[in-house]
Amino acid sequence: MTDETITTVGTRLSFRDYFGAFRMRVGAEREKYRVAPGIYKVGAPSLSSPVFVSANYKMSFDFLRRGLSGINAWILVLNTRGVNVWCAAGKKTFSTNEIVRMVKESELENFVSHRELILPQLSAPGVSAHEVMKKSGFKVRFGPIRAEDIKRFMANGKKADAEMRTVTFNIWERFILTPRELTSRITTSFYIISAIFIISSAGNETLVRGLFGTTAYFIGLFAGTIVTPLLLPWLPGRSFALKGAVTGIILGSLFCFLFGGHGNMATAAMLIFAMSVSSYTAITFTGATPFTSPTGVEKEMRRAIPLQIAAVVLSCGLWIGNSFIGGGL
Amino acid sequence: MKSFRYLEGVSTLRLDKEACIGCGMCINVCPHRVFEIVSKKAEIIDKEVCMECGACAMNCPVNALNVTPGVGCASYILQTWIKKDKAACGCGGHACC
Repeated sequence: MTDETITTVGTRLSFRDYFGAFRMRVGAEREKYRVAPGIYKVGAPSLSSPVFVSANYKMSFDFLRRGLSGINAWILVLNTRGVNVWCAAGKKTFSTNEIVRMVKESELENFVSHRELILPQLSAPGVSAHEVMKKSGFKVRFGPIRAEDIKRFMANGKKADAEMRTVTFNIWERFILTPRELTSRITTSFYIISAIFIISSAGNETLVRGLFGTTAYFIGLFAGTIVTPLLLPWLPGRSFALKGAVTGIILGSLFCFLFGGHGNMATAAMLIFAMSVSSYTAITFTGATPFTSPTGVEKEMRRAIPLQIAAVVLSCGLWIGNSFIGGGL
Repeated sequence: MKSFRYLEGVSTLRLDKEACIGCGMCINVCPHRVFEIVSKKAEIIDKEVCMECGACAMNCPVNALNVTPGVGCASYILQTWIKKDKAACGCGGHACC
């Protein structure tokens, strides 16, 4: 590869870039959102310009080049199979060996006179800095977590301060993850709603009862996938299952209060079902957070999942029982 | 991110202070400020915020850190229960998370 054949990329994201990011947030065609691995130029880099390493998930690449505005630099894109930096590091596709391989394949040593790579800090679970040094001769320097801090990092003598090194999870960062929590459940929701209608067909008024059950499901889903993530720090306890159960009960109660007139058994069935759905979907949000440990999640699941299953069985029992006893719905 | 804390007393993180050379790499890579250098050695100052990402153990040049690394994701763990070793990332798609 020669210098002339290398693509120069801009640091301003276009509408298409932002639209692509939006599509990823809602989960459309995620497997196609990739950048070709290799070297890219930002500005007019020279032999002494810094080298930033990134994943080939396009959003990771876009956020990096946006963070490099005003800086002349090289970007080395690894092949992480279209997965973002942190998840790829967890899966070991953003790894020591992948860096060593790409440094060789791209002939990076012909483009720079120094021997230093700047990596996003969140790649550290997959990359051993001293092993990269040993295997490629390039020194690894871990940069800030967020690309927007790169300028401050460079001005700070290529040192990330405590703030740049600490992950955040503010309400906006939580909010942008929620659409994907919903859209990833379309197929499952179809099966669950079908099951609700089948169970509701015991007795009369299948349609009305089915719609009532479906409403309970959507309340639980909304509570667990949207409300719980947004209100995360203010909900009681540490357990996601508990936080989800609370939002499910509250939203379910609100619905029953506003659209009352159902029998006690139907109301109880609805509340318990909404609570279970919310509790389960909330626990799966652990996968999107940057602070839950695998040991902690497994411990919580061992306690919560049997209870969630028992609660669903109980609510189905109440629902079917209600159709025979009658009363309200 | 001191406002977010998960379950207490679960982290598998361990530090061998004898082996530690005080290079500070663990501090550079930890996203939760678990470590500090105290009299030229690393010290675990807040174990409860550790999310077991494994970055510190991966980057400790003298293997003074030990942690069972993994991803704290319920969908993934559920898959490991059901499919054992065939578990993929739990997000359903090809390019997830």
